[in-house]
This record gives sequence, structure tokens and C-alpha cells, in this order.
Amino acid sequence: MVFQDIGQHISRQFDEDLESLRSKALNMGGMVEKQVENALAALTRADSSLAEDVATSDYRINSMEVAIDEECAQVIARRQPAASDLRLVIAIFKTITDLERIGDEAEKIGRHAVKLAAVERSPTYFMELRHLGDQVCKMLHDCLDALARMDIESALAIAEGDRAINDEYDSLTRQLITHMMEDPRTIKRSLRVMWCARSLERIGDHAKNICEYVIYTVAGKDIRHTSFDQVKAELGDINDN
Amino acid sequence: MAAPQISEDVLLHRASPKLEEEKTCFECKDLSLYYGSAQALKEINMLVPEKRVTAFIGPSGCGKSTLLRCMNRMNDLIDIVRLEGELMLYGKDINKKSVNVAELRRKVGMVFQKPNPFPKTVYENVAYGLRLQGVNKKRVLDERVEWALKGAALWDEVKDRLQDNALGLSGGQQQRLVIARAIAIQPEVILLDEPASALDPISTLKIEELIIQLKANYTVVIVTHNMQQAARVSDYTAFMYLGELVEFGATDQLFTNPAEKQTEDYITGRYG
Repeated sequence: MVFQDIGQHISRQFDEDLESLRSKALNMGGMVEKQVENALAALTRADSSLAEDVATSDYRINSMEVAIDEECAQVIARRQPAASDLRLVIAIFKTITDLERIGDEAEKIGRHAVKLAAVERSPTYFMELRHLGDQVCKMLHDCLDALARMDIESALAIAEGDRAINDEYDSLTRQLITHMMEDPRTIKRSLRVMWCARSLERIGDHAKNICEYVIYTVAGKDIRHTSFDQVKAELGDINDN
Repeated sequence: MAAPQISEDVLLHRASPKLEEEKTCFECKDLSLYYGSAQALKEINMLVPEKRVTAFIGPSGCGKSTLLRCMNRMNDLIDIVRLEGELMLYGKDINKKSVNVAELRRKVGMVFQKPNPFPKTVYENVAYGLRLQGVNKKRVLDERVEWALKGAALWDEVKDRLQDNALGLSGGQQQRLVIARAIAIQPEVILLDEPASALDPISTLKIEELIIQLKANYTVVIVTHNMQQAARVSDYTAFMYLGELVEFGATDQLFTNPAEKQTEDYITGRYG
């Protein structure tokens, strides 16, 4: 299925408005992705200055959200987008909310990383977190890629991949509980690690939401709260037609 | 110190145009107009900025067409009309006795709701105003006709039918032909009175796209019933009601957060 090319309107200004929205949303995605990567790097390398940097630069992402929100409102007020254009604007509107939340999660990881860097290292915990972190980073990267290319096949595959992240999170939780039971002195920092893991898991959920918006934009199907088998069957129908 | 919550440098506001930074083309000062004893315009004060698209919106009978017609003195044709106040074009009152009306109308062209091409060829329609000005050289005429038709985004569609009767063109083409006729004499201002109300949606969009292109070289003032059209094409919008100017401002602002309750009610369809 090919997404309607946005650059085909009789009004060139409309083309420009939509393209501007799209590229700003992607730009914001790039910033968010970088924040998450930095947060993880700061955590696993116990780099407190990088962690500090992540924790204090979330405002740039917030500003992007405000600006893109306003631009979406302008496009709706002035151009009355319809059909695929309307879905694109709605999807961008929602995508940037999720991106902003991802930014918030990265900020939280940054704050924990500052604290964790101050106490002694424990490479094993971070090994587990690193694994989860890599999975989440890849998911976020792929999801932004699917958004840029409006590729619903990969969006669906990535959304499905969120399960693996949830499983990983569950096993990490169990492992941390074991650690805490074995040695209560580790509870304080285990909890911090736990919260970081929780943030990573939430980033996965937001990435999944973005994938759902991609599918909504291209296929016009709202697949939220629907089983993947059902979604595949429905999208298959659309592709066949 | 708390981290900043938001940064101005990343804010990507598409800069809303600012009225105070614009050059003034038309300026109304306490402009009132009476049809006999009925007052149609009530002390209008506003600026029309140069090389921008300014739209007048408002319900029927609110005076928007009347105000537009003041700008090239079309109301002179109506005997019972009386004007008070001033209407300045680049600082000169256009209603002074010394103003040559024909010269004013050359500078301020007008296009009406229904396309009104002359029953002549496409070529002659566009060349008409030039011939009136005494331009007779074929080479000059050819050039200007082509230039005007290109400017009105019509050239590609009619270049092989220049000698056909203009009445054979479609409604949307006729309207663009009339716009070509208006720009052929290189006016400074183009007044458009409901230019797309008789056209289908695609022709309408073509006219709107043309309007946006025209503002590179001309000041455009458009009266429209269709407020979405005003939202799409204009930089500034004036909302009029019962002969008064209720609100005038940047279109971005007026359509997302109008200052006046009356404007809000009208653009959200609560008026009436």
C-alpha cells in the first residue's frame, strides 16, 4: 500500500505546510532518539555529566511539541484538511505527544543516572539494562523510520515487537527482586535501576503508539486495543483490494 | 536553579505577519458611506497592507462589497451614494475632485463574481485594456498577452486557442481570463469580489493558488462569503458586520483565536 504523496495539491502552500509539519515531527523524533541514546549511555557508562545534560535539556523537546502543536492548529484552521491529509495531521498531532513523553522518560533516566553514577558501579545490573535499552533504542529508531517512510508493514512488525520488550522488562524485574531479597542493602539502588527499566518499557509503549498512528495514517484503520491477528487480517483485506 | 521548561530558539512559530511592519497601500480613515439615508459603512478605520492578500468576510449586507467598491470608486456610478471620511491610496485621498477616475481604475483593477469576458477572442480580451491605453504594436501586445495569461495560470490551457471566442472557455477559465485581463495593464492593486463563488471546487483552488502567486507583485483585496477561502488565501482578514469593521488582523490569529466574540461566533457558525 502506498501512502498518498503529500506534494500533489493544487495549493502549493498546502504542500509546504504539510511537508513542514512532517519534517518538524521527524526532526523532533531525531532529537528524542538522541536523548534516549544519551540517557542510556550516561547510565551504563556512569557518566554523570552526560546524565546531567540529558536531564536538563528536555526543554528543547517540549518547545518543539508546543511549536508543532501550534502549526497543526494553523493547518486545521486554515486548510481544512480532508481524508489522508486529515489523518496525517491527526497522526502528527498525536505522535508528538508520544515523542514528548519519550523525552520525559529519557529525562527521568538521566536523573537516575546522575544518582547512580554517584554510588559504586555494578556492571551486572547495567548489563541487563543495556540489553533492554538496546532493544528499546532499536524499536524507537525503527519506528521513526517507519514514520518517515509511512511504511505500515514495518510499523506493524515493530508494534508487535513491543511484547518482547515487556517480557524483557518482566524478567529484569524478577531478577532485581531476587537481588533485593538476597541483600537488602542494594534495595535503594535496585529501585533506581528498576525505575530506569520502567522508563525504558514505557518508551517501548510510546513507540508502539507511534506505529499505530502510522497505520492509521496510511490505511485509515484505528488498530488500538485490537489483537494483532485481527489487525493483520484487516490490513490484508485492504492490501487485496 | 530549575531547568528551563521551554526555549524560545526552538519555537518554530511560522511567523505571523505583523501589521505594523507592513507598508500601507490603502488606508481608510473614518470612512462612512450612505445609500440615501441608509448608512452602509460606519466609520471604518483600517489599513490594507501592500503586496499582501487581505480578505473581507462577513454576512450578506455587512458592507464588505461596498467597501471594496470604494477602493476604485465603483460607487460613483450610483447617484444616491454619499461618502464621508477619507480613503487614501499611498497617502492620497482617491475621492478628491482632482483624481482622474480612469487612471485610478487602471491602478486598481477589479474582478467580479461572475466572469464577464467580452464576446471577443481570448487574445483580444486580454489585449483590450492595452489597446485602450494606445498600445498597438503587435509584438508588444503578443508579449503582454502571453505574460498576463501566464500570470493568471491560464497560458498552458489556452495557448492554442488564442483566436477562439472567450465565451467558449469554462467558467473557471473565464474567471482566470478576466484576471489576466486585469493584470495585463499592470495595476498596483487587484480587487476581487467573490471571484470563485460560481466555480467548482477544483477551479476554485486554482484561482486561490493564483491569488497567492499574485501577491508577489500586487496588493490583493478579496471579498468572500466563504470564510474557509479567506483562511486559505489571505494574510490578513477583516470581519465586518452591519457596516462596522468588527475585527481586523492576521489571518493566523483571527482563525485560531479571534479577539472579538462576534468574530468567533461568525467563524464557528454560531452567528444568527
